[in-house]
Amino acid sequence: MLRYILRRLAWSIPTLLIVTFLVYLALRIGTDPVASYKRVNPRATRAKVAEYIDVNGLDPNFVQGYFKWLRNFITGEWPRSIKGRREVWPALKDAMANTLRLGTAATVVGIFFGLIAGVMAALRPGGKRDVFINTSAFVGISVPPFISAIMFQLLFAVYWQKWFGESLFPTSGVYPAGHTGFDLFLMLKFMALPTLVVAIQIIATYSRYMRSSLLDVLNSDYMRTARSKGISERRVLIKHGMRNALIPVVTIAALDVGSIVGGLIITENIFSYPGMGLYFLKSFGEGDFPLLMPWMVVIVASVLFFNLIADISYAWLDPRIRLE
Amino acid sequence: MAFRRFVSHRAAVVSCAIIALLTLFVILAPFTARYGVNQSVQGPPNSFLNPRANAWLGTDDIGRDLYSRLIYGVRVSLLIGLASAIISVTLGALVGAVAGFRGGKFDDIMMRVTDLFLAFPFLVTLLVVRNVLGALPWLRPITGDMSSVRFIIVLFGLFGWMGVARIVRGQVLSLKEREFVEAARAVGASRRYIIARHLLPNSVGPIMVALTFSVVGAIIGESTLAFFGYGPQAGDGATSLGILVGAAKGAVQTGYWWLAVFPCLMLIVIALSINFIGDALRDATDPRLDRGV
Repeated sequence: MLRYILRRLAWSIPTLLIVTFLVYLALRIGTDPVASYKRVNPRATRAKVAEYIDVNGLDPNFVQGYFKWLRNFITGEWPRSIKGRREVWPALKDAMANTLRLGTAATVVGIFFGLIAGVMAALRPGGKRDVFINTSAFVGISVPPFISAIMFQLLFAVYWQKWFGESLFPTSGVYPAGHTGFDLFLMLKFMALPTLVVAIQIIATYSRYMRSSLLDVLNSDYMRTARSKGISERRVLIKHGMRNALIPVVTIAALDVGSIVGGLIITENIFSYPGMGLYFLKSFGEGDFPLLMPWMVVIVASVLFFNLIADISYAWLDPRIRLE
Repeated sequence: MAFRRFVSHRAAVVSCAIIALLTLFVILAPFTARYGVNQSVQGPPNSFLNPRANAWLGTDDIGRDLYSRLIYGVRVSLLIGLASAIISVTLGALVGAVAGFRGGKFDDIMMRVTDLFLAFPFLVTLLVVRNVLGALPWLRPITGDMSSVRFIIVLFGLFGWMGVARIVRGQVLSLKEREFVEAARAVGASRRYIIARHLLPNSVGPIMVALTFSVVGAIIGESTLAFFGYGPQAGDGATSLGILVGAAKGAVQTGYWWLAVFPCLMLIVIALSINFIGDALRDATDPRLDRGV
């Protein structure tokens, strides 16, 4: 097991390098960093532009340029943003913290209710409850997150204010303008709508996964064996059923990080929530190469990391899987 | 048999009727729309009128009839969905069939690439790929201008094949071990013949399902892009569902609910209907799938 983990870890480094190189290529072709630098700083001297090209590794030769960028990235000499020469790391750090908070809240709420709904649906397949949960999940998957975000804003903020004099939930930011310090209640209030939007998608997805996974397990031989030994139905379900049904769900959860981040990006933008999504869309719109590359590295690394977690957890949870 | 199973899926039958009705409305746009795409319903003041007799679904910021614009918008969106789905399904079916049939290096690399692409946040990949496609000058004759509908179609065509390739590959992997393929190989059929005459025709079910999901994917994708300002541009007042939904963003805070509700509702109805059809197709064409319902 340890050897397997170590080997996978060793492999993830070249993968990370290859993928970041591809990202570097795509960004250089797609956003033309030098041109955007000149657009944002129209009065930059030739020496300034040359310096920008040098610190970002934007040489005409892509491979050389990539390695130059990589060296600067690893040694911590990150170039500053093209607009206002801001430092990248503080901005990235704040965005990561905010997204992590929103993402964790949405994932916990989403997986919790998703699993419960899935189990409830699977216990009586074909029943009224099953049809209801299944259909709602289907609707939840079909409605794109920005649509539900708009609807919630319209209902809970704008029209709530019209009907009841005060909006139920605020629609943008983490705190009201001018607020300083930490306030849990206020923060939760601001997070409620974006969390709900992302959580709905997760609930819909996971209730379906859990349902089909549990149905598979419930029809298997070892469940019959367990029942025939006279164990109570409740224990059979929890000890044998749930535990085995969760194996594929855990794996999918780890592989699903990309799509959750995707949902977060869209949601954050609509609610002006200062996280990774807003960060990305802003810097992408401006072609801000120094801001974009570290963001991409964080995303690539976390996707690879959760892929690794998925493989390891799969091997660890399911004794039938041999690693060699 | 498959048809009977499809018809027994009640939601799918209703969805078929809805999509057929929408298509009819859209094809007959000159008769069903009440105003031109860029025509205002009355002289000023005409902006942000709420729903009334001469504008059933209200008007937008410069007094154009939302009902008529929805019809024109759905027309463009359905076109985008269908055209790009056909491109991506053709590409995906070919790549998936070859990868599944030949196996080996080609299969490994193809599946690695698709895994990687699918693991990333959808919007990020889409935006980056969009910019790269737009920046390559030798692609210009195919893609057209970055803000054109054609560009969007090519983008989703190139973007959507990966999911399809995966599905077809899985199907081909299980089919190629079957006796009839072995028999064809035994009598000396070429690879191309086996793929074209045995493997692809037997994968029609999954391919059809993939087609429906690609249509939804492209329609929602176009709306997402337009929502974030990267979609087709509204030259000459032309419109698409995405542009209309994008306008909803500005209408929320000001309380012009009709501008937000109707386009969003239309998108939901289209996405749900096509998804239901795809779901029923999957149930109908895959008899092994006993979903316990």
